[in-house]
Amino acid sequence: MDNLTFGITMMVCGMGGTILTLWILSLIMTLLGKIFPEKKEEK
Amino acid sequence: MEQAIISGLQGLINGFLHLEWRCVVMIFVGLLLLWLGIKKECEPLLLVPIGFGCILVNIPLADVMAEEGFLRVIYNMGISNELFPLLIFVGIGAMTDFGPLLANPSTFLLGAAGQFGIFLTLALALALGFPKLDAVSIGIIGACDGPTAIYVTSKYAPHLLGAVSVAAYSYMSLVPVIQPPIMKLLTTDKERTTIMQTMKGSVSRTTKLLFPLVITLIGGVIAPKGLPLLGTIMLGNLMRESGVVSRLTKASENEIANVVTLFLGLAIGATMAGAAFLRPQTLIILSLGFVAICLDTVCGVMLGKIMRVLSGGKINPLIGAAGISAFPMAARVAQREGQKYNKKSYLLMHAMGANAGGQVGSVIAAAVMLSVLTGMGII
Repeated sequence: MDNLTFGITMMVCGMGGTILTLWILSLIMTLLGKIFPEKKEEK
Repeated sequence: MEQAIISGLQGLINGFLHLEWRCVVMIFVGLLLLWLGIKKECEPLLLVPIGFGCILVNIPLADVMAEEGFLRVIYNMGISNELFPLLIFVGIGAMTDFGPLLANPSTFLLGAAGQFGIFLTLALALALGFPKLDAVSIGIIGACDGPTAIYVTSKYAPHLLGAVSVAAYSYMSLVPVIQPPIMKLLTTDKERTTIMQTMKGSVSRTTKLLFPLVITLIGGVIAPKGLPLLGTIMLGNLMRESGVVSRLTKASENEIANVVTLFLGLAIGATMAGAAFLRPQTLIILSLGFVAICLDTVCGVMLGKIMRVLSGGKINPLIGAAGISAFPMAARVAQREGQKYNKKSYLLMHAMGANAGGQVGSVIAAAVMLSVLTGMGII
């Protein structure tokens, strides 16, 4: 694989993969925050 | 008799006779690192042992990095097999409170933008003619995360370990100097003075307990090659949040982290032998590391600006700069800069969220990178 193809693939898959993974995680954590809200006794 | 005395005396000057100019230069580099650590207090926990290791390895005929040398033993014990950075990660997980991030999970995205410098720098390194895996290791400086940089570099480009580690730790400590001009340059007065609302409510214990498990499972399935990084930081955090293994938590964040930091620093310093370190490519790596951290800041602030538009002006883009892994330094920089332009602006908790996102983001970015490399058959 030439360097140009490698570089572009890494940028697209790397940046895309990172933001997609963290977006999925943020959605899951938002959901979990709603399913398990802080209880009064915890406050 | 005379001959024996002369030979004996010659043994005492052999070291001086073998002292090459490169060794002398590297001894001064070691002294510079010690000065930065001791006098300027820039990452002293790492720079002091790195600086001393650098001096030790450049003293001729001592053979501290030979097969049986004590620095080689330490190197083999935890760098060549990537154990030390992982043990450090357990400690980082045990020390980090991800509460501000969980209170506002959208700041995860700022933690992603803060990693873009990794991939942009990788491309730059390739353009400058570095081989693929060397470019990967140079790019990882942009994670702004010492253990991640050491983990990836020791695995795929061990000959660059000294330069990459020194760049990663030096620039991390220079975040308060590097970031503010970029933050100012990329934002308008109106954006910088934006007051963000106080964060609503805190997070339940159940959510805090589920967080490390979700990250490990989802992150591990998406990017299995990075599981050692993800798994160790999340193990530390699970121990912290569970509250039932305080002895292990304390040991991870104190005794284990301290001992490993000492060994890690010494072993990294030991890779800085003059012949291997004093090459033009070291200077290029140090420059690219600087560029990587600047690009992280640029991408973070730019995403902050986009989020500001999408949120109807509720977000101060300065917190975008905190989406890197230098924790909690980057959050403090965002808070300080915010207050500089508007005394009523309190960005700290929001910036801490972005900063914790950067902590997770750097590990996820490294994990994604390793998995993409596996997918392409490069590793």
